[in-house]
Amino acid sequence: MLLTPSSAMAQATPTPTTPAAGTPAENPLVDGQNITVTLLDVKGGKGEPAPVPGVTLTVFKDKSGGEQIGTQVTDTKGRVSIPIPANGVYVVTLDQDTLPEGVELSGGAENEKTITARISGNNFAQFQIGAAVAEKVAFSEKLTNSVVSGLKFGLIIALAALGLSLIFGTTGLTNFAHGELITFGGIMTYVFNRGFGMSVILAGVCAVIAGAIFGYAQDKILWGPLRRRGTGLIAMMIVSIGFALLLRSVFQYTFGGSTRTLSQYVAQGRDDYGPISLSPKEIAIFVIAIVAIVIVCIAMMKTRLGKSMRAVSDNPDLSASSGLRVDSVITSVWVLGTALTALAGVLLALNQQVNFQMGFKLLLLVFAGVTLGGLGTIWGALAGSLIIGLLVEVAPVISIGGYQPVPASIKDVGALVVLILILLVRPQGLLGRAQRIG
Amino acid sequence: MDFGTLIDAALSSALGPQAIVFALAAIGLNVHFGYTGLLNFGQAGFMAVGAFGLAVSVTTWDLPFWVGIAIALLATVVLAIILGVPTLRLRADYLAIATIATSEILRLIFGSVEAKETFGGSNGLTGFSTTYKDLNPYNSGLDLGVVSFSRNDLWSITVGWSLVAISCLIVWSLMRSPWGRVLRSIREDEDAVRSLGKNVFAYKMQALILGGVFGGIAGIFHVLKQASAVPTDFNTTFTFYAYAALLVGGAARVLGPVVGSILFWFIIAGLGSFFSQATSGTDPLIPASIMTDTQASLVRFIVLGLGLMLLMIFRPQGIFGDRREIAIDGR
Repeated sequence: MLLTPSSAMAQATPTPTTPAAGTPAENPLVDGQNITVTLLDVKGGKGEPAPVPGVTLTVFKDKSGGEQIGTQVTDTKGRVSIPIPANGVYVVTLDQDTLPEGVELSGGAENEKTITARISGNNFAQFQIGAAVAEKVAFSEKLTNSVVSGLKFGLIIALAALGLSLIFGTTGLTNFAHGELITFGGIMTYVFNRGFGMSVILAGVCAVIAGAIFGYAQDKILWGPLRRRGTGLIAMMIVSIGFALLLRSVFQYTFGGSTRTLSQYVAQGRDDYGPISLSPKEIAIFVIAIVAIVIVCIAMMKTRLGKSMRAVSDNPDLSASSGLRVDSVITSVWVLGTALTALAGVLLALNQQVNFQMGFKLLLLVFAGVTLGGLGTIWGALAGSLIIGLLVEVAPVISIGGYQPVPASIKDVGALVVLILILLVRPQGLLGRAQRIG
Repeated sequence: MDFGTLIDAALSSALGPQAIVFALAAIGLNVHFGYTGLLNFGQAGFMAVGAFGLAVSVTTWDLPFWVGIAIALLATVVLAIILGVPTLRLRADYLAIATIATSEILRLIFGSVEAKETFGGSNGLTGFSTTYKDLNPYNSGLDLGVVSFSRNDLWSITVGWSLVAISCLIVWSLMRSPWGRVLRSIREDEDAVRSLGKNVFAYKMQALILGGVFGGIAGIFHVLKQASAVPTDFNTTFTFYAYAALLVGGAARVLGPVVGSILFWFIIAGLGSFFSQATSGTDPLIPASIMTDTQASLVRFIVLGLGLMLLMIFRPQGIFGDRREIAIDGR
């Protein structure tokens, strides 16, 4: 059970458990200096946290059993607000006998919390209730959970990998600034959401559009002129490293070094769907990613632009001599690729939080996904990313006789080792065509 | 604005231990990229292996200092062989991805909680540099007016620049030998060399080992000068900075990486000092609404990124290099 600041819970409209007799409808929030506690049952992270009403909380001065300052029973919102006379040390005790049936304290069942009141307004205390106990989760449940989060992570990587693969296929550029394009999507979502007050969904749409514009501008200002100058591929690769350093520093300069959250869908509980449990935003991530990938794949196969992209990717000279405007095709590839990558950033921001190096940390995994599937192939990028996503999430769950080959703290290592192994045995990737690559 | 402090900060970085680490790492990259055309993006991994080879030998295994140095150098050779076998037959960009991945794997393992007993976790290892410190013959620091060094720095500078000089001598003599000419021809046209009956793979492997050992020496020197080996020091950004230093000076030139590192640190430390002074105090030169002191420390990295881009676009050969000698066309 969590005693959380009531303000933080304002958005949630929880359904209270059956109130015991004598539960006050609502305890008034004390104006002056006070100690406020909101008891919430987090139910091991499944479903919305539910308030726990009818629990008696008592505040003592200095130590438990000392001078009693006040006592109150949690209301239908699970809240008490007890006034205190001055700054100082207070102890809040929770009467465990008054807890509703089926609700238990977790975290060592500590029923006392010491609070040092320093501010004149509300002072908050936290109790742990119903938090999940990791050791008790069965292996099968851990496995299904990790497979689900692996697929989700893999789909996010796949969007970025699709962008990288498209750009590599048509221009031959190994873009080390690709991680920053992911970050761009995440930060833009944050800016539209918090800065301009849009809803997260609208902000995400705007961020993808901003990504497309960014891709267009990049090709017009930077990569296009470089191509026309005949700059070598390795020189372009090093330019992309410089660009990555530049973008990352600019992000840190403007956004700051801290990790921030979007305004909506931050802490969502999970609902059970058969053996798996998902929160609504995770379902949204699955749906959005799959729909985007399917649309792109169909467009690549059926539309005129998609066909010309594949033609340029296959053989730029032949496409040019067949009358294709190679340069404008490459521009559309940059627009599409950067927009897809920005979408990956949006979903990543939704799934986790926003940070100036969220994409940089993902760059090598995107490379791993693309290389595993085969550089420059669309289906390969998809398959490779999903495998990498699964590897990252599932590998820490597996333990052989108590020995964990890939501990959770270094879960990326497994995917990177696979990247090197695949280069050893099948350098063209799973779905790539065997051609001269050495 | 106190220009004395600014010059002192810039010069003591440009001539001090930090630039030496970069010079040694960039000399290794010069052998890889400048002379052989191998795009090694994992120099930080070679440094980490050298650094932890020494630190683990001395601190964890209680071996003598010089045995530790030998183990560290041996470890970089082993890493080069393990890395070279699968990747040297591949195209340049594949090699780049494989090496960068390897250096990340090494950094994550060295910093992992599970291997804390051996590598010291994220705090790293200390207590392996006693022998190095005891060898210090200086009694006091050095103050030349414009620039000053502490006693420890003075010793590190003496050792470091000697190492750089020896390394340059080795590279110079090797690259004017027949062996060096084969390396340069591999960079220009691998197939031509192969058709002349040379074992290209073996030459590339030797180049990878040589450059990797220079990287290992850089790593050993890095942890000795600061008396601690911390895994986060060896991140991929370090490799990129070393590349920037190499490219500024000019690849495929013996002194290119050395001059490049000195200039790189002069600019980085100078800019850092300038902007931190410009934003500090009660009435800063640049108002806090435009730039706070936290942001001031980032300006140099923005300049660095922009500088690397412009350098590569307009003058890929750097200061001393020859444009025809830079392996910048994808193969």
